[in-house]
Amino acid sequence: MSDAYNFAYLDEQTKRMIRRAILKGIAVPGYQVPFASREMPMPYGWGTGGVQVTAACLTPDDRLKVIDQGADDTTNAVSIRKFFQRTAGVAVTEATAEATVIQTRHRIPETPLCEGQILVYQVPIPEPLRFLEPRETETRKMHELEEYGLMHVKLYEDIARHGTIATAYAYPVKVEGRYVMDPSPIPKFDNPKLSDNPAIQLFGAGREQRIYALPPYTQVISLDFEDHPFEASKAPHDCDLCGAGDSYLDEVITDDRGSRMYVCSDTDFCAGRRAAGHVGRLGQPGAAE
Amino acid sequence: MTGGQNSLKNFGAPAQGDRAMGAVDMDTCAKVKEDRPLLSVQGVMKLYGSRIGCTDVTFDLFPGEVLGIVGESGSGKSTLLGCLAGHLKPDAGRILYDGRDMGALGEPERRRLSRTEWAFVHQNARDGLRMGVSAGGNVGERLMAVGARNYAAIRDTATDWLGRVEIAADRIDDRPSAFSGGMQQRLQIARNLVTGPRLVFMDEPTGGLDVSVQARLLDLLRGLVRDLGLSVVIVTHDLAVVRLLADRLMVMKSGRVVEQGLTDQVLDDPQHGYTQLLVSSVLQV
Repeated sequence: MSDAYNFAYLDEQTKRMIRRAILKGIAVPGYQVPFASREMPMPYGWGTGGVQVTAACLTPDDRLKVIDQGADDTTNAVSIRKFFQRTAGVAVTEATAEATVIQTRHRIPETPLCEGQILVYQVPIPEPLRFLEPRETETRKMHELEEYGLMHVKLYEDIARHGTIATAYAYPVKVEGRYVMDPSPIPKFDNPKLSDNPAIQLFGAGREQRIYALPPYTQVISLDFEDHPFEASKAPHDCDLCGAGDSYLDEVITDDRGSRMYVCSDTDFCAGRRAAGHVGRLGQPGAAE
Repeated sequence: MTGGQNSLKNFGAPAQGDRAMGAVDMDTCAKVKEDRPLLSVQGVMKLYGSRIGCTDVTFDLFPGEVLGIVGESGSGKSTLLGCLAGHLKPDAGRILYDGRDMGALGEPERRRLSRTEWAFVHQNARDGLRMGVSAGGNVGERLMAVGARNYAAIRDTATDWLGRVEIAADRIDDRPSAFSGGMQQRLQIARNLVTGPRLVFMDEPTGGLDVSVQARLLDLLRGLVRDLGLSVVIVTHDLAVVRLLADRLMVMKSGRVVEQGLTDQVLDDPQHGYTQLLVSSVLQV
């Protein structure tokens, strides 16, 4: 751990300001709370919002897990994990069940979360209405007055053009019957896990300077039509390494002739299953790649 | 009649006060279809700094009635329409919709009215349509805004309305950018009327369309207004449009109402000098 920085990089007053925004977000589930986002030593789009929220939540006793698209070992995850090891000196882990704070980009871990855990999402565009209504003044007014018809226009367009609701990620949800919220670009497969989750879920958007939150056991409903209900979709395969049929899969092209394999996007979940002896179509017993 | 007593109680006192200020007396020219006005405008004034947008405008609009507002560019027609539709806040005067004072109405309620009981047809269809959304989505938006959540039902209603405004059903998934100007304008009308509004504001609905398309649009509008029993305030500089559509006519000049009365009466026997000029300026083909 480097002594050149305050604990978790940000100064105490900044963390205090962010904690206030988080508390307000938790008090009004789904409401986007503005906060004075700081310059972080990483580019926008790399999780500056999530990092600030994590920094404000961390205590020296915490155990941190960072995932990027479900994986613990990709660039974004590795660099953010290193960042907090260096500036906060906290313990880190790859096991979902052992972590107290999990920062995630675009996934919710497969292993169910429990009370006492905090899940921090990195959010690029917090405003679910943005691509339909470019004016910020107008979208705020729409949230204020609960004018959410436009969200269904987007879903209508999907069905008219593709026959089904083709939105596969960042699928809009309604929180506790009030605010429509962008769940960050998680696959819609993960949407049901948002609801009634025992963990605290915090969303940080650095460039857009917004924080929003879901307290534990919040009702979160994915928007849909009566005759085109919401469906949590995934690739219709089993994991080729661990054989899991109920986890979200990445498609990996393996050669120039179109061969492909499907593997769990959650690396910790997949490794855990393989360690427990599960084997998929292409996996080798007892081996963990 | 109870309705008459109500309207006396609600409107009698302030209306008299406004008449005393010199507004044109309405009773002689109002074509009374019901005894309670849907929209009652009393001494409305809108200033832009020290310049007058419109001033001292007083009239009643009754259910099922079409009021035309004509005048040259800059005469305050659109300013007045903006005040009526709630886009602009008048500096003086009162606007009562169905007996409720619009100035005292909160914004949530006003916005709810504007997507259920009111409609606004813009001169430029691009202002009133979502160009990135298909025709069906444009028509369905108001339905979804008031809570429709059944895709098939929304689509059926949209198809029905496209038919009513003479847009082929197979264009339902095309974007308005692929439509001609006349089709865009008809689509805008369908989008506005789909929730069955009672009061429609139109700002130069035929502006920028060629004559034959104008004629068809007017024909369509006349049919819809009659079938649905709409109350309409229509702003235009085209006297032919009001001759065809409007029951009553208001002539504006420099922000003031200079003459008002039954459409045929005003057009055939104009009293005010400006109205005479306006009527005589129309080209006879």
